[in-house]
Amino acid sequence: MVKLYSREALEEILKKRLEWESNVLPRWLSRMPERQEEFTTLSNIPLKPIYTPEDLKDFEYMEKLGFPGTYPFTRGIHATMYRARLWTMRMFSGYGGPEETNERLKMLIKAGETGLSLAFDNPTLVGVDPDDPLAEGEVGIVGVSVPTIVDMEIVFRDINMGEVTTNMTINPPAPVLLSFYVAVAEKQGVSYDMIGGTTQNDPLKEFIAQKTYVFPPEAAVKVAMDVIEWSVKNLPKWNPISISGYHIREAGATAVQELAFTLADGIEYVRQLIARGMDVDEFAPRLSFFFDSHINFFEEIAKFRAARRMWAKIMKEWFGAKNPRSMWLRFHVQTAGCSLYPQQPWINIVRTAIEALAAVLGGCQSLHTNSFDEPFRVPSEFAAKIALRTQQIIAYEAGVADVVDPLAGSYFIEWLTDEMEERAWRYIERIERMGGMLEAVKKGYPQREVEEASYRFQKEVEEGKRLIVGVNIYKEEEIEEIRRVPLLEFNQEEIEERQKERVRKVRSIRDEARWRRALEDLERAAERGDNIVSYVLNAVKAYATLGEIMGVLKSVYGTYSEPPHY
Amino acid sequence: MSTAHTQSPHTTKRKIKILVAKIGLDGHDRGAKVIARALRDAGFEVIYTGLRQTVDQVVAAAVQEDVDIIGVSHHEGSHIYVARKLLEKLREQGAEDIPVVMGGSIPVIDIDTLKAIGIKEFFLPGTPLKEVIEKLETLASQKAALKQ
Repeated sequence: MVKLYSREALEEILKKRLEWESNVLPRWLSRMPERQEEFTTLSNIPLKPIYTPEDLKDFEYMEKLGFPGTYPFTRGIHATMYRARLWTMRMFSGYGGPEETNERLKMLIKAGETGLSLAFDNPTLVGVDPDDPLAEGEVGIVGVSVPTIVDMEIVFRDINMGEVTTNMTINPPAPVLLSFYVAVAEKQGVSYDMIGGTTQNDPLKEFIAQKTYVFPPEAAVKVAMDVIEWSVKNLPKWNPISISGYHIREAGATAVQELAFTLADGIEYVRQLIARGMDVDEFAPRLSFFFDSHINFFEEIAKFRAARRMWAKIMKEWFGAKNPRSMWLRFHVQTAGCSLYPQQPWINIVRTAIEALAAVLGGCQSLHTNSFDEPFRVPSEFAAKIALRTQQIIAYEAGVADVVDPLAGSYFIEWLTDEMEERAWRYIERIERMGGMLEAVKKGYPQREVEEASYRFQKEVEEGKRLIVGVNIYKEEEIEEIRRVPLLEFNQEEIEERQKERVRKVRSIRDEARWRRALEDLERAAERGDNIVSYVLNAVKAYATLGEIMGVLKSVYGTYSEPPHY
Repeated sequence: MSTAHTQSPHTTKRKIKILVAKIGLDGHDRGAKVIARALRDAGFEVIYTGLRQTVDQVVAAAVQEDVDIIGVSHHEGSHIYVARKLLEKLREQGAEDIPVVMGGSIPVIDIDTLKAIGIKEFFLPGTPLKEVIEKLETLASQKAALKQ
């Protein structure tokens, strides 16, 4: 392997840097002192004033970067990247009942989005029906209510499921929502090999962050692995899991923690699937990832590049993958919801644009851009369209998609990519010593790390160490301005009633004997430890509801509640 | 449940006791945990309910623990529904003297409605901690004054 910089070149640079530091820099600093005592990234990585080839002393181009589409994929998983095909513009959407969401999806398709992504309401996320007492007051608020196959059919009315791909942010009930999707696609005449999309289906991060857990950790992982195994064998175009750092980051993790914990989750899943007797190259090409893109621009770009390189290495060297596709870290990005603030809400548009740009420069495969009104409510049509248009400006006007991995070779970016990687490995090693992520989660380790980081960040904001425009700098008294934000309006109570009625109607008109048999078969399969997905699909086709299926699974697997912290 | 271990300069008398609550199915607990810890560091006695509590559970805990304030962290859009139910239940239990405050993703346009329901204070994301503490201290002392 050849180093990028010769010893002679480095010696000369060192000599000149020392001269610069003693002759030039002090004069400047005495006249113009630096703005801050210390500059750090959001992960608290200290930054020097400049980076030079000295920071990449041992840099071996082929080992660290190579070419796009070749190992270690730092520069991108595809050789052609955005010159051939832009990232998928996939807006996370859903509110109210399936009718409202169907309208929103069609609006977004018309506005040029190139992939769908469903946001479910809280009752759907935790697997209860709209008429369950736990669902009271929450139906259709933060996403769409989909408790039956009939609801899914309405979501996709006039949308050809053979022509779109759909992400579904769903975790413990993933087998149920996947079955709804597959059954409706079948009804539309779409064959299994044409059904494309993603189920988030990432249980470990539920305990760390998103907290829509239902089953205890072991059972939750088992169900998720069932979905992967079944999908790999039946739906060649489906991404059965989206290993997600997004929620971990939103819960307060640093970029380094997000990177490390996400890959550690991935490692755990690979081990679980291998333990089932699957060949790594059989399933690994179907694993996909999901990251946050926060406001600290360069750190995010470095994170995405480091993630690709690390995953390629893990798959090749740890798990002996042979198929290059098994080494691809394909990922979706969402801009950081937690970086948006209600104060002076319009400026959130700018934050989202910067974060989206980082995702594109980091080589994402698909992207959701947040709407400026999200600190208040699920986005209005107006706000969602601005968010989508932000991606389109980046894609078609800014010219940033015309060269693959354009920031490669920047001394700073390459140094920071290495630094992120090194810091993330340290976390991964610690988790490995605990016995992997499932064990670490059961011990509460990543949970505590995230809590510490989120508290530290809040203190830094309080102390003015982290500046946020409109929040702790350039504040305005602008209640009136906030009142003028045109929020999405819908009659939640009416929708809740409609959803309750529909689920009751579905229960009343189905073939009782077939329904009962399907649920009994499911229960026995779960008790035997079989893969449950085909049984869930069968139950869904017999018009079993989400809550009923989850009820059966809960009776076999048990439920989880978080141990008290305080 | 552990309680405060630091003595704050603010509270020379009895520590202010606050119940930080998450009601409903929503899992966004970052704010609740940060505020619980910050208040504890500021000398409050903090009880955090954990996730997925019902209104009944929260009111029962508040009464049993004899708290000075209930703080509801809410990010799922059902704040009006929850506020109404919570205040009703407190009245039912004769505990309407416990002031209720809310924080989280709450549209400003809903604040008038929430005030009319009886919520005492609102803390949007980005509210300085100092302001939160001052307002909570005022509410606690008002409640104490009413008792005497």
